[in-house]
Amino acid sequence: MAALAPASRTDSRFEPALMRRKVTGTLFYGACVAAIALLLLTLIVLLVDVFVRAAPWLDLQFLTSPPSSRPARAGILPAIVGTLEIGIIVGVVTFPIGVAAAIYLVEYASDSWINRLLQTNISNLAGVPSIIYGILGLAVFVRALAMGPTILAAALTLSLLILPVVIIASVEALKAVPHAQREGAYALGASRWQMVSRSVLPAAAPGIMTGVILAMARAIGEAAPLILIGAFTFVTFLPNPISGQYTVLPIQIYGWANRPQDDFQGISAAAIVVILALMLILNALALIVRARLSRHIQW
Amino acid sequence: MITTRPSRLAALALTATLAIAACGGGATPGPSSGPTSGTPTESMAPLSGTITIDGSSTVYPITELVAEEFQFANNNTVQVPVAFSGTGGGFKKFCTGETDINDASRPIKAEDEGEGLACETNGVEWVELQVAIDGLTVVVNPANDFAACLTVDQLAAIYGPDSAEHLLWSDIDPSFPAEEVQRYMPGADSGTFDYFTEEINGETDAATTHATQSEDDNTLVTGVAGDTYAIAFFGYAYYVENTDKLKAVEVDGGDGCVAPTDETINSNEYAPLSRPIFIYPDVGKARERPELKAFVDYYLANTNAFSTEVGYIAVPDDVLAAEVAEWEAAVGG
Repeated sequence: MAALAPASRTDSRFEPALMRRKVTGTLFYGACVAAIALLLLTLIVLLVDVFVRAAPWLDLQFLTSPPSSRPARAGILPAIVGTLEIGIIVGVVTFPIGVAAAIYLVEYASDSWINRLLQTNISNLAGVPSIIYGILGLAVFVRALAMGPTILAAALTLSLLILPVVIIASVEALKAVPHAQREGAYALGASRWQMVSRSVLPAAAPGIMTGVILAMARAIGEAAPLILIGAFTFVTFLPNPISGQYTVLPIQIYGWANRPQDDFQGISAAAIVVILALMLILNALALIVRARLSRHIQW
Repeated sequence: MITTRPSRLAALALTATLAIAACGGGATPGPSSGPTSGTPTESMAPLSGTITIDGSSTVYPITELVAEEFQFANNNTVQVPVAFSGTGGGFKKFCTGETDINDASRPIKAEDEGEGLACETNGVEWVELQVAIDGLTVVVNPANDFAACLTVDQLAAIYGPDSAEHLLWSDIDPSFPAEEVQRYMPGADSGTFDYFTEEINGETDAATTHATQSEDDNTLVTGVAGDTYAIAFFGYAYYVENTDKLKAVEVDGGDGCVAPTDETINSNEYAPLSRPIFIYPDVGKARERPELKAFVDYYLANTNAFSTEVGYIAVPDDVLAAEVAEWEAAVGG
């Protein structure tokens, strides 16, 4: 009894504060649940709305036809092909350059002020609005390098846009590789290049691939810079990547969403479903690649 | 412990790229399979080439339809991509020779560095061809039963540059309720905005800064449909498609109240907001490129059928006939 007395005194002294902390904790938990519920609800409402509008228009004919002024005959084949062509070129350009830049920054560059400045600048570049890259692309690729308003110019512009994102993601992935990994390689007599190429890079690969594919999804969803550098809206033929006119999915969607007729809103929604599907495929690809590459990694 | 080798990484990246490439490569061009409307161009040798068109989003629906039918009539041997970066943006490209035709919802600005002067400097010769009439429509919410008719002065009081920030409907007319006017209007880059400000406010681009602006007219429709005291203006086609959500205001240009209808816009009775809309073909290029001349011929021959299909008003026959003659003379000479 004597031993219990001080304990209960302690309880009563701390009880009010305990209640308050419990209430605060519950409130915070509630706020977190509410935040995620709000996000999910918004997403669900948007998706349901888009799918309901798109359902009557989504069919094979829509996927395999050129656009048309008559919504019933309209399709998005040129836009899908334009988007895929841009996606491929963007991937081919940004993957090697972005990863090489990240390897330099993490594995080779010394920790000097100039390199820190470089990294800060790359982070800032990732936050520059896409329309600015459009202006740059128009001046450099379309006009100065005389590529004209082509898929190639568009893809290079979008590559510049996502390069900072690819570099940052790759830098983070490389930094996440434990130092013991590098020291182990050196201990076995590896040169720096052998250490990077055979030990660090494979370990960082899942993170790098995720970053690259998510960045490509961003490039594929951009409309603003492409409008500036001369993408067309009504294109009935399949685009040639290095010459000639093109259109892409976001611009096709924008063009249709602008029209007054309800039917165009419907095909606009259908095109949104297609681009969503394309994004999902890309993200799924990122997941699969990640899973495959990290299968053999054990720290 | 790591067993993945770098070659695996490269191989995977390559596979991903090839997978996407395969999707793109497998696709084949879908032939247009539309009904044969309009008359196919009469020509012996099949035409070929690419005609690039940019400009006004107002003219875009007509040009898109003409482009589609023209390509179909020529078995898709001529490619006609169409874009809309706005009347002004389009003229900048047209006057540097980047595009062959510019869609315009207002006449070219002769003294503007990016437009008339640039065309002159670069030797781009053009003709102005009216292809339809649009009636800028002033709309209010269907629940608005007081503002059935507004004079040009009243519209200027609402949209003018000196208009108050918290303007009340009762400031426009004492018989109107003392509720704030919620103003909506198209973005400053559109020819619609240019035309309205010039006709109503007396100076191009002079307008209130207290209005919600959007480049997408459907946003304006939504805004007015959801607010009893809102007002907006945009192209007639957007009103025609939304008559259940909007009410058109009659406009008094000095000769009494006139509602925008097909007839009053066509006869120019709906003044001053009936406006002609144009295409500007590059005459120099048309002399050398038969497909460009054929396209403009086709446009003029069919514009009244196509423009009414997408919600615009036909050009009077005599105006059209005079234009065809002007076009023939310009290209022939």
